[in-house]
Amino acid sequence: MADTTLATPVRRPFALRYPSVMIFLAVLALFTLGVTVLSEGFGIGVISTSFVKTLGKTLCLCLVALAMDLVWGYCGILSLGHMAFFGIGGYAIGMWLMYARTEMIVVESLAAADLPPTAQEISDGIATQIFGVVGASEFPPIWAFAHSLPLQLAAVVLVPGLLALVFGWLAFRSRVTGVYLSILTQAMTLALSLYLFQNDSGLRGNNGLSGLQNLPGLDDTPQAIVSVWFLWASAFALGAGYLLCAWLVSGKFGSVIRAIRDDEARVRFLGYPVEGFKLVVFTLTAVIAGIAGALYYPQAGIINPAEIAPIASIYLAVWVAIGGRGRLYGAVIGAAFVSLLSTWFTGGQAPDIVIGSLRIQWVDWWTVLLGLSFVAVTLFAPKGIGGLVDLLADRRSPNRHGAALGPEPGALREKEADQ
Amino acid sequence: MKMPFLRLAAAVLCLLAAPATAQNADAPIQQLLQEHGEIIAKSSRRTIEPAIQALASSGLPAAQEVLERWQAKEMWLNEETGLFVFAEEIDRDTIRIFDPADGTEIGLVPDEGYDQLKPNSGIRGLIGAALVQFQLSDPDPVNRATALDAIERDAEESHLAALRAAIDSEPDAALKIRKQRLERLLTIRFDTDDAARIAAIESFAGDLGVDVRATLNPLVATRIEAATTLPEGDDIAGTLSPGTEALPRDTAYALLVDAGLAPPAISRADQRAALVANIADGAVAGIQVADLNTEAARDLAYAELARAGVVAAVALETEIDDALSGHVFYERFTGAPPQVALAALAALQDIETRVALNRTLDLTLDALSLASIYFLAAIGLAITFGVMGVINMAHGEFIMMGAYTGYVVQLIIPDYTVSILVALPLAFAVTFGAGVAMERLVIRWLYHRPLETLLATFGISIALQQIAKNIFGTQARPLTSPAWLDGSLVMNDIVSISYIRIAIFVLALVFLALFLFVMNRTRLGLEVRAVTQNPRMAASMGINPDKINMLTFGLGSGIAGIAGVAIGLYAKVTSEMGADYIVQSFMTVVVGGVGNIWGTLVGAALVGSLQKGIEWLNPSNTLAAQTYMILFIILFIQFRPRGIIALKGRAAEA
Repeated sequence: MADTTLATPVRRPFALRYPSVMIFLAVLALFTLGVTVLSEGFGIGVISTSFVKTLGKTLCLCLVALAMDLVWGYCGILSLGHMAFFGIGGYAIGMWLMYARTEMIVVESLAAADLPPTAQEISDGIATQIFGVVGASEFPPIWAFAHSLPLQLAAVVLVPGLLALVFGWLAFRSRVTGVYLSILTQAMTLALSLYLFQNDSGLRGNNGLSGLQNLPGLDDTPQAIVSVWFLWASAFALGAGYLLCAWLVSGKFGSVIRAIRDDEARVRFLGYPVEGFKLVVFTLTAVIAGIAGALYYPQAGIINPAEIAPIASIYLAVWVAIGGRGRLYGAVIGAAFVSLLSTWFTGGQAPDIVIGSLRIQWVDWWTVLLGLSFVAVTLFAPKGIGGLVDLLADRRSPNRHGAALGPEPGALREKEADQ
Repeated sequence: MKMPFLRLAAAVLCLLAAPATAQNADAPIQQLLQEHGEIIAKSSRRTIEPAIQALASSGLPAAQEVLERWQAKEMWLNEETGLFVFAEEIDRDTIRIFDPADGTEIGLVPDEGYDQLKPNSGIRGLIGAALVQFQLSDPDPVNRATALDAIERDAEESHLAALRAAIDSEPDAALKIRKQRLERLLTIRFDTDDAARIAAIESFAGDLGVDVRATLNPLVATRIEAATTLPEGDDIAGTLSPGTEALPRDTAYALLVDAGLAPPAISRADQRAALVANIADGAVAGIQVADLNTEAARDLAYAELARAGVVAAVALETEIDDALSGHVFYERFTGAPPQVALAALAALQDIETRVALNRTLDLTLDALSLASIYFLAAIGLAITFGVMGVINMAHGEFIMMGAYTGYVVQLIIPDYTVSILVALPLAFAVTFGAGVAMERLVIRWLYHRPLETLLATFGISIALQQIAKNIFGTQARPLTSPAWLDGSLVMNDIVSISYIRIAIFVLALVFLALFLFVMNRTRLGLEVRAVTQNPRMAASMGINPDKINMLTFGLGSGIAGIAGVAIGLYAKVTSEMGADYIVQSFMTVVVGGVGNIWGTLVGAALVGSLQKGIEWLNPSNTLAAQTYMILFIILFIQFRPRGIIALKGRAAEA
């Protein structure tokens, strides 16, 4: 008896155990190939370059939504700071893009002068170009590594990661949980965006960084081509991120973080270092968000502190909730669905609704619809769009109606027991 | 020069339009004018002084008007008789003349034969200064006050004597004090006797007036000088070392160069221009142009050029350093003699101390009023979040709804006092209704699921914000306070607080009292406390928890509405005003300690004074103040996760 229960079950391959991962990757590959074939840069030109960029950006948003799902849907930490990490990633890569491109322009203009420029003159020229808009002409210390792509790429990973590590360590250590943690992360995001809004923050204040779509040294390559490159890079990052997240949540680690979500105290009593697990998840997802941001902003072309404002992180939570949290494909579907719909509505493409003399313009009313449908999803469909999959697969939640049979909130209910 | 026959014709005309009354040529004022007639007619700034002096000190009642008319270019000279008259120009060649002696009208005459006196601006200034003494002793106190105003605005040396002469005769006590104060200020500025100046300076010790500081500051002006050794002398204010903020390195060296103590240095831009000017065959002084891409190479090339005598030799970096360390830089008083300057410096330091104390007081008042605003914004949350444990992210939007209610009421009722009185209860009613509706429709399905409550109320917050934007537009709407709330309570030149802030402070106190009363002294409060502590037990005691939750939530939302009206009076009403306060409000509640109104009060005081304190440290940047405040709070929560006033025992677990 004991032997049979303890025998190691036959481990089927990862791909077979989680068919949704393979399906997702296949769909992502098909989508990327399809867009490439239809694009202006490499294909028959059905899809405009700007729409290719929109799709590429959407893939990045899906990646950050994936991170949000891991930290919130699986680990139960409702972070309202992941769009800040996303923005930090964007700023990190944006600094190099802006520096390198300005350097080329400055070197070119100085080359025409009578004397070859000194290093100091080049540096002064770049600083004047970049910071003239905020009335400064010297490089602030945080630009010390902006000349080097590898160092700034490292910053994409390290800065959000370290910030999340320090913040998470402080917060988890003092057992700040639940809504308090959410408010605290929101405060962190607000502090960061307010800081960046200042002109002397060293990151050009509310002007932000611009011209990021122009890759240094690739002036001759048309944006049609570059946009497809970025689409591929984003798709690759999303695929890799999805695989990583799926692998993480499939094993024991996944079980522990789900258990933390459901009842933190019990997991702690079982001897697991809850704070450590939370910190790993929080930091890892911050890094993923930073990478997503680093891929997003070269496609968007401009980054400014408004992108980091707390409302952006709230929208991220909205996407994941509408898509269906606690399942990875749900987050991706939610982010893609809501952000594309948002683009469609706010871009003025949606037809106005005319009720008598009243004319409802979606540009104005879309946010209202989004907010209210978000409330509706929270109230009536906590599983989100992803719940449709359960409906198809005929998986049902336990019937939690009737009086509880025990004192605990998790105790069985009358109707549940009857089933 | 007029032709003789014209003069004749003019004389004939004069006879035709004979003056109604003859001019009194023997009047003392006319005599006096005649005495100085020559220099008055000559009108030269250099020689006019005795005439003005004579008029001013004559003690004649008509002297003041003569000076005024003269200054206003209304005094004419009869060429025939040499007598002075006042005149008004009627048209191009007719004037109406008056007798200076008593101002009686003489009649209309053609302006032929009369010469207008046209004192230039210098003379008019002298006349004005002389006039001051008359105005200072004018029988009308309004005129005296005006004269003092004029002197305060633009004092001149000559005013000092006039002012001194006019003090003893001053009947009005307030004006006398003003005159004495002004006399001391003028003494500091213009008196030639150092002892008198120092006495006047010392009499102002601790005076907070801006005028005192404005008078004293020029006295302590200094000039930076350089020498190889520090010179002896009373007028050395202190030494400076180059490379500090007060004396940057470049400025210090430029000082040496200007004083002829060191050879000139050259800026990189000038060096570059000199090099470019001397390019020959792709090289400068034998160094290839392509190699001139470092500062060292350029220095070398320039030195070569200097050796060849093509350009002027300049100081090298090391020479600059040597020169700077070889000289001592010091400040010399230039604004006043040393004793006076030192006295002024001591008085200024004394004043600075007083100013700093008063600034602290002012800052405390500022912090207090900011704290009351945060308290008002947070008190509703203290009920919904602190007592009920419901996270309402739409709380900020309730504040906004209250403010917009006030705005709409003002559109309908134009009287601001009445409209505010109507708006306060109406805002409460509107947001109470909104709160109850939200509790019924959304929140009660989500009790015990705080994260979901947070998200759902976010959704509502987004929707409400956008609806407000769609209805009222994106521009800020005004919410005007009644006239009796305009202006501010001024204690001195530094400490002042606007009445609106006092009103908000009072309102915050009223709400604190109201909250304490409702929670501790009413049936509703008892039931609320019962339901929040143990809903089941409360229910079995016959309390309807659903109803109580609804009312409590409504109450919290209603108070947010009233806070919205108050905040709207102080700031502008926009669709985003709620979002601006929501994070700070939650911070206030969390920092203070959830579930305790005193905690919210302490939290508001902490957050408000913290923000003002950081703003004071870095006054140019309110954004940075908010950033650092939030960071501080994040750190603070690390050490007191349950807030300043933490609930203990069973209440903490509820």
